[in-house]
Amino acid sequence: MRIMAQKWLILRRITQLSIFLLFIAGNLLGWTVLRGDLSAGKLLDTVPLTDPFAILQILAAGSLLSLDALAGGLIVLLFYSLLAGRAFCGWVCPMNMVTDGANRLRRSLGWKTDGWRVSSRTRYWIMAMALVLSPILGVAAFEWISPVSILHRGLIYGMGMGWTAVAAVFLFDLMAVRNGFCGHLCPLGGFWSLIGRFSLIRVRHNREQCSLCMDCVNICPERQVLGMVGKESGPLLSGECLNCGRCIDVCETKAMKWGTRFGKDQQSAVSP
Amino acid sequence: MSERREFLVKGIRGIGLAVMGGLAWTGIMDGKKAYPLILRPPAALPEEEFLVKCLKCGQCVEACPYDSLVLASPGDERPIGTPYYIPRKRPCFMCKDIPCVKACPSGALDPELVTERDEKGMERLSINRSKMGIAAIDRESCIAYWGIQCDACYRKCPRMDKALSIEYIKNDRTGKHTIMAPVVHSDACTGCGLCESVCITKKASIFVLPRKVAMGETGGHYQKGWEKLAEEPAMVPEEAPTVTPRSSRNPMDYLNEGL
Repeated sequence: MRIMAQKWLILRRITQLSIFLLFIAGNLLGWTVLRGDLSAGKLLDTVPLTDPFAILQILAAGSLLSLDALAGGLIVLLFYSLLAGRAFCGWVCPMNMVTDGANRLRRSLGWKTDGWRVSSRTRYWIMAMALVLSPILGVAAFEWISPVSILHRGLIYGMGMGWTAVAAVFLFDLMAVRNGFCGHLCPLGGFWSLIGRFSLIRVRHNREQCSLCMDCVNICPERQVLGMVGKESGPLLSGECLNCGRCIDVCETKAMKWGTRFGKDQQSAVSP
Repeated sequence: MSERREFLVKGIRGIGLAVMGGLAWTGIMDGKKAYPLILRPPAALPEEEFLVKCLKCGQCVEACPYDSLVLASPGDERPIGTPYYIPRKRPCFMCKDIPCVKACPSGALDPELVTERDEKGMERLSINRSKMGIAAIDRESCIAYWGIQCDACYRKCPRMDKALSIEYIKNDRTGKHTIMAPVVHSDACTGCGLCESVCITKKASIFVLPRKVAMGETGGHYQKGWEKLAEEPAMVPEEAPTVTPRSSRNPMDYLNEGL
C-alpha cells in the first residue's frame, strides 16, 4: 500500500534514471538506444531529437541548423505539445530530482514558509531575455549558462566544476524560494509551459470525491495550477502543470486521476 | 498615486530590471565565449560560427574511437559544452571515415569541409583535407635543431614528407655533421598533433596551434609574380594598340628632335 501511494513518483524516478543510464551507456559502452544528451540526441541510431528551445535561440542568433537537427526539434515539439504537456520537466529533466530533493528536505524540516516572493512569471521574462540576448551575444544565450544543461551534460560527459551550479540551485530551492528554480526562474520550464498548454494528457479533478484536505496543493510544485480543486470538476488546463502526478499519488479520496483534456467526468454528471 | 502613474512606474521598474538582468547575463558570458587556443574536431566551422551552431550534445565525443575529443565542462576554462582535444594528452588519430563529423547533428562540423571529389565527381570524405590546426616548432628546445639525431615527430606524422619533412642543414659547430631538422608545411599539415604527442622533450618542442593563431596573412597587395595566377589580373591592358597623337610617330624620332 505504501508503495502504491508513491506509484507515480517511483515511475517518474525510474523514467528519469533510465533515460540517463541509457545516455551514459551510449557514451561509455556505445549503446545506441540513446546517444548525445538532452540538447541533441539520437534515438535508436535513427530518430534525431533536439531541444526546440536551443534551436530557437540559435535561430535568433542568426544561424541555421542542419535539417536533421531541425527535424529532431519538430519531433520533440510535437510530442510534448500534442501529447505529454510539460512532462519534460517532471519526467526527463534531471534537475527535477535536485529540486524535489530540496523540497523534500524543506518538508521534513517542517519549513512551512514559501520563502522570498518571486513571481512565477519571471521565467517567461528570462525566456524572452534569452531570445533577445542570443542575437546580441551571437550565441544561444541560455545554453551557455543553463544549470540544466550543465547537469545533464555533466552526468554523461563529466561534471567538472558543474556541481557548483547544481548545488546553487539546490540551496536556492531549499533556503530562498520554495520550488524556486523549476517553478520561477528556469526559462526552459517557461518554454515547456507555453508549449504544453494544449496537450492531450491532463490530470483531472473530481469535485465530488474531494475531501478538501489540500494534500495535493501542499505537494504540488506549481500550486497555482490547482486553483479548481474543491471548486469544480474537470481537467487541469494550465500549461504550468508538469504532469508529474504527485497530486494523484497523495490524494487519498481519488479525486485526482489521469485523463485527457476532453470529455466530462462521469461522476459529475450524476452529482446530487 | 494615480493609476497611470503607477503603470508608468511599474513599466520603468520592469525595464530597469530587464536591463540589469541582461547586463549581468552578458557579464557572466563575457570571456566564457572565447578561448583562442582551443583545438576543434576536424571540419569544424570557423570558431565564431562554430560557437553559434554547436548544440553541445557531445555526439562527436561519443563517436571518437580514441577518446581524443572531450567536452568542455565548467572549470576547464573553455567554452562550456563544446568539444576539443589536447594533442599532448591525446592527439587526433585521423580516422579515415571521420566518425566525429558524421555524428554531428547541427552542422557545426561540416562534412563539406573534408569532402574530396575525384575526376568522375564521386564524393568521399578525406581527413587529409581537415585543418584543425598547424604544428609549430620551437627550434631552441628541439634537440634535432641542436644537431642531436631525433626524428620522433617526423616518423609519427601521418602525412610524412608532405606535412613534416626533414631538411639537411650543415652543422657549423662541428663543421662535419648534418643537422636533420624537422620542417612543417602548412599546406599539408592537418594539426592532428601526433607529432606533439610523441615529442621527446619535457614540454613538447613541436606543438599544434589553431591556424588563426599561428599563421600570418599576406593580404591581396602582394602576389607571387613568378607563380601562375589563378585568374588574370583585372588591370591587364587589352591587346589593341593605343593610338594617341603622340604615338602616331616613332618615339625614336621625337626623343631625338633638336639634336
